Amino acid sequence: MRVPLSWLAEYVDVPPGTSLEDVHAALVRVGLEEEDVHTFDLQGPIVVGEVLEFVEEPQTNGKTIRWCRVRVAPDGETAADGGEAVHGIVCGARNFFVGDKVVVTLPGSVLPGPFPIAARTTYGHVSDGMIASAKELGLGEDHDGILRLSTLGIDAPVGTDAITLLGLDDAAVEINVTPDRGYAFSIRGVAREYAHATGAVYRDPVDQVQATAAVADAYPISIVDDAPIRGRVGSSVFAARVVRDVDAARPTPPWMVARLKLAGIRSVSLLVDITNYVMLEFGQPIHGYDLDLLRGPILVRRARAGERLTTLDGKDRALDPEDLVVTDDRGAIGLGGVMGGAETEMHEGTRNVLVEAANWDPVSIARTARRHKLPSEAAKRYERGVDPAIAPAAVSRVAQLMVDLAGGTADESGSLIHEAPEREAIRLPDGFVSGLIGVEYTADEVHDALAEIGGAVTRVDGGFDVVPPSWRPDLTANVDLAEEVARLLGYDRIPSVLPVAPPGRGLTRSQRVRRGVADTLAAAGATEVLAFPFTTEADNAVYGSPDGSPVASVKLANALDASTPYLRRSLLPGLIGVARRNLSRGSTDLDVFELGLVFLPEAGRAYGSAELPIGWERPSEEVLDALNAGIPAQPRHVGVLLVGDRIGKQPGVAAEPVGIADALDAVRRIAHAAGAEVEFAQGSHRAMHPGRTAEVRVGGRLVGYAGELHPELTTEADLPRVVAVAEVDLDAILSLADEAVEATPIGTLPAATQDLSLVVGAEVPAAAVAAAVREGAGDLLEHLHLVDDYRGAGVPEGAKSLTFALRFRASDRTLTAAEASEAKLAGASLAAERTGAAIRD
Amino acid sequence: MSEPLQITEPAVAAAVDAALAAIAAAGDSAALKAVRAEHTGEKSTLARLNASLRSVPNDQKAALGKLVGSARGRVNQAFAAREAEIVAAEAEAQLAAEAVDVTALPSRFTAGARHPLALLQDRVCDVFTGMGWEIAEGPEVESEWFNFDALNFDADHPARAMQDTFFVDPPEAHLVLRTHTSPVQVRSMLEREVPIYVLAPGRVYRTDEFDATHLPVFMQFEGLAVDRGLTMAHLRGTLDHFVKSIFGDEAKVRLRPSFFPFTEPSAELDFWHPTFKDGPRWIEWGGCGMVHPNVLRAAGIDPEVHTGFAFGMGIERGLMLRNDVQDMRDMAEGDIRFSQQFGMVV
Repeated sequence: MRVPLSWLAEYVDVPPGTSLEDVHAALVRVGLEEEDVHTFDLQGPIVVGEVLEFVEEPQTNGKTIRWCRVRVAPDGETAADGGEAVHGIVCGARNFFVGDKVVVTLPGSVLPGPFPIAARTTYGHVSDGMIASAKELGLGEDHDGILRLSTLGIDAPVGTDAITLLGLDDAAVEINVTPDRGYAFSIRGVAREYAHATGAVYRDPVDQVQATAAVADAYPISIVDDAPIRGRVGSSVFAARVVRDVDAARPTPPWMVARLKLAGIRSVSLLVDITNYVMLEFGQPIHGYDLDLLRGPILVRRARAGERLTTLDGKDRALDPEDLVVTDDRGAIGLGGVMGGAETEMHEGTRNVLVEAANWDPVSIARTARRHKLPSEAAKRYERGVDPAIAPAAVSRVAQLMVDLAGGTADESGSLIHEAPEREAIRLPDGFVSGLIGVEYTADEVHDALAEIGGAVTRVDGGFDVVPPSWRPDLTANVDLAEEVARLLGYDRIPSVLPVAPPGRGLTRSQRVRRGVADTLAAAGATEVLAFPFTTEADNAVYGSPDGSPVASVKLANALDASTPYLRRSLLPGLIGVARRNLSRGSTDLDVFELGLVFLPEAGRAYGSAELPIGWERPSEEVLDALNAGIPAQPRHVGVLLVGDRIGKQPGVAAEPVGIADALDAVRRIAHAAGAEVEFAQGSHRAMHPGRTAEVRVGGRLVGYAGELHPELTTEADLPRVVAVAEVDLDAILSLADEAVEATPIGTLPAATQDLSLVVGAEVPAAAVAAAVREGAGDLLEHLHLVDDYRGAGVPEGAKSLTFALRFRASDRTLTAAEASEAKLAGASLAAERTGAAIRD
Repeated sequence: MSEPLQITEPAVAAAVDAALAAIAAAGDSAALKAVRAEHTGEKSTLARLNASLRSVPNDQKAALGKLVGSARGRVNQAFAAREAEIVAAEAEAQLAAEAVDVTALPSRFTAGARHPLALLQDRVCDVFTGMGWEIAEGPEVESEWFNFDALNFDADHPARAMQDTFFVDPPEAHLVLRTHTSPVQVRSMLEREVPIYVLAPGRVYRTDEFDATHLPVFMQFEGLAVDRGLTMAHLRGTLDHFVKSIFGDEAKVRLRPSFFPFTEPSAELDFWHPTFKDGPRWIEWGGCGMVHPNVLRAAGIDPEVHTGFAFGMGIERGLMLRNDVQDMRDMAEGDIRFSQQFGMVV
């Protein structure tokens, strides 16, 4: 809402010298947040001039200019710029006559732009200023020529300051109005809030007019709502009054144009401007009908299926049975509370007007405005609630302006339907406000604050009964009244008291482990990234399912980017995007990871809930369970991607390019940080290299994949051929990992170490051989690791030689070499049985 | 065994002189070793002279034995002295040879980094867990009931439209990408017993275009306390403590009246700090208020018995203010150079 200061000052005392910043500061204290300031942004001397004579001079460029002599000061006086009383001015426009009063921007003045005016030589003359158009002054959009003051109905003496004359010295503050404060979409409401903030005297504009009284023979109007939405009747108030014999062609006075302009509304025509003006002033949307175009009585009802209406904006609209319409004998003539119809609108030739001020149900209006994508000024106000008590006063204010400015005659009385329900009192127990706010307010302070906002406050036993003012539909409960007291008396009175929470249990295991995983990966050289989870269905199939077959995905109904409307099933596409961006910016060696949710709906299952429970009551456990069951699984994954060199070339060190081993190491780090034992097995995945993919298992369960991306995909993504990746389900890893380690005693007796070389088929996984050795060697084997995988001379074709380093230890004695050898051979023997391994001589 | 030698003074002196000369001439431990073998080994002259003692008459044994013994002693002494010299020289030479340019060593270290938003989120969590609060979490694809209805957003209230919500297709299924962390408030109240003091950090979504000051995906944290007798003063106290913990003791909090469907009274939270880049000033950083009675009712908590307060802030804005990040896109694009500025510490 934009509030011109001159307008504000009509209804509340604004001390002279108050700046826009002062007004903002005052309003912000009561909850109206500052948004912007608006001024006409020009600087004098800008004065009224009279065209004395001009000569038309055709130019070589095809234009014809007028070389004018313009009087800018009374005869014998100095002009406002210190120059002669008559200036020579070159003017490109030709829409004026000798004798016209015009607006002259004299040298030294500045127009919005900024566009400084100076005497300058043009078309062979020294042009000593400029004759301004309405657009140049910031008053309108029309640029049909210069502004002739007679078109505004103004005849001011030559030399008069045109800035003041046209209201261009006014300025506006713009505030952000929260959805609960519909009344602040009016000068009336903001003036009241300014009074609350400053204690200044407030004059309610509604009290300045005589409300229109109803008479039986006024224009016939009725309301029939046979399908209220959620039990709310669509319209409860409808006031109307006829103004006759208006002159619709008269100009809108400049002060009104200026105020509308500052308020952000373009001047259209006098009659329309008046309805907009009163809407801004009272917060009551107004509609004016050309009375002579109406056919028969007005009936307000819900639209019928198939009914159509052409609205003021020229659009033909199919109406919905939920829409409220104003009708006459021909059918719909207006979309109630949202926009009038084109057929009955006021126009230049209108002589008689029916002025309407109604009140509409916020829910109906909100739905209609959304359905027809018509967030009109009227709808904006009705959605938030318009004071149901002011319609009769608002039509009087319109009638009064149409009489004063358009020369009309208002009917003595009008029509009025007023069925708005009475507000009920809210009980406010003593001490309630203090108990919620934490400030010891006195009973008088509470009483006075609520009375000041317009409430009817009555002392009752143990508290107050408060009937909120008609313009505050948002005040419905004791907590609402508590906020009013707190904000009127100032939030700065609220002290600072730190509450003592009961002892907490710290982070959960999952939260601790997540940090541990991220810290571990980062400590090992990886960089954490946070990618957006938006992706394509194709990427979900390739990266989100092991065999690349189509999988169910969560799709957004209103994605920002229509090419990525799905939510990720895998972190890899996001990491690939990050890699591409980094490579394009010159970072060629990457080790990045992300911890984030993936979205895994099951195929063939419907999610969500058709009906939602009410919001102000705890649903039953069954209903809550059903709501939760309707939400797709969203486990937390860890994704890792490496590309380029893990170790760059350095003095004495060759570069080490990344590969599958790095992906596996990343998984080891993750599992290590999570306290889980991880195992790898040869695997396959649509997105991965067929020979370089490991399944990641914890406790025998598949929790992810690690390896290298399929070269097809890396080529397609314009990445180097080798891209190492891993993705694991951290939630699954956590559920499979032991929560607490069971410590075993640490043996201190000497260990015996031996090597074991076994020849097996090249296709046998080393892990299978190792497992057999471990099992066969029994408890004496403390540690085993693979030290060599040899193929070549001395080993048969199609076989490999695996060498393991073994460490044996007994807890109760020093092992002999013979005991260790015996255990080793037992291991070799089980490996032979399981994998065909033979001891290499 | 070679021929016994005649033990004479000149013979002994000659052997000693030869040995001492060879010892002095030995340049390194290998040469010294050879010298030792030659002059003190079994086949050396001195050894043979010594062996010859066996065959000298008894009356000469003492004198000749002394002669040979002192000769061997002198040689051994010289040898030990020379050996010490050579060992010292060689050790010094080795150390000299081992010297490196410490500024040109190869490194296996790569400076990894956490994302600064994640680090800041962890810090925020630490402040609250330090006060005994617990960290609560919830899903990102959320039921509208938790995201709106239970938070007192009427189905037709304009506040619901102002949220710029991503809806899951089809919209009739009433699933959304959560627009704030506030649904975790409701989940916490449903799952926990009063008193409740929880902080809910996490990702949230709004249909904002991606530019320098807006992200469609961003991070919030939401605080919720429900207990007997909580007031707005407790809200302010908590916020004061929080901003001082994160921004230092000079930070200040200001509350301004505002509106949120799920709090009443509601406030905008501004905070002030002397070191903001454009000078000390108030900057808006979130919303807060007393939990609306309808929200308590949605969770089965009696608003006549318990009150609560809640607040919500954006991590991105916190990082911008704290670390002077100018462009929000840097936080979302995953350029490793951005995170690597922070490393492991924010």
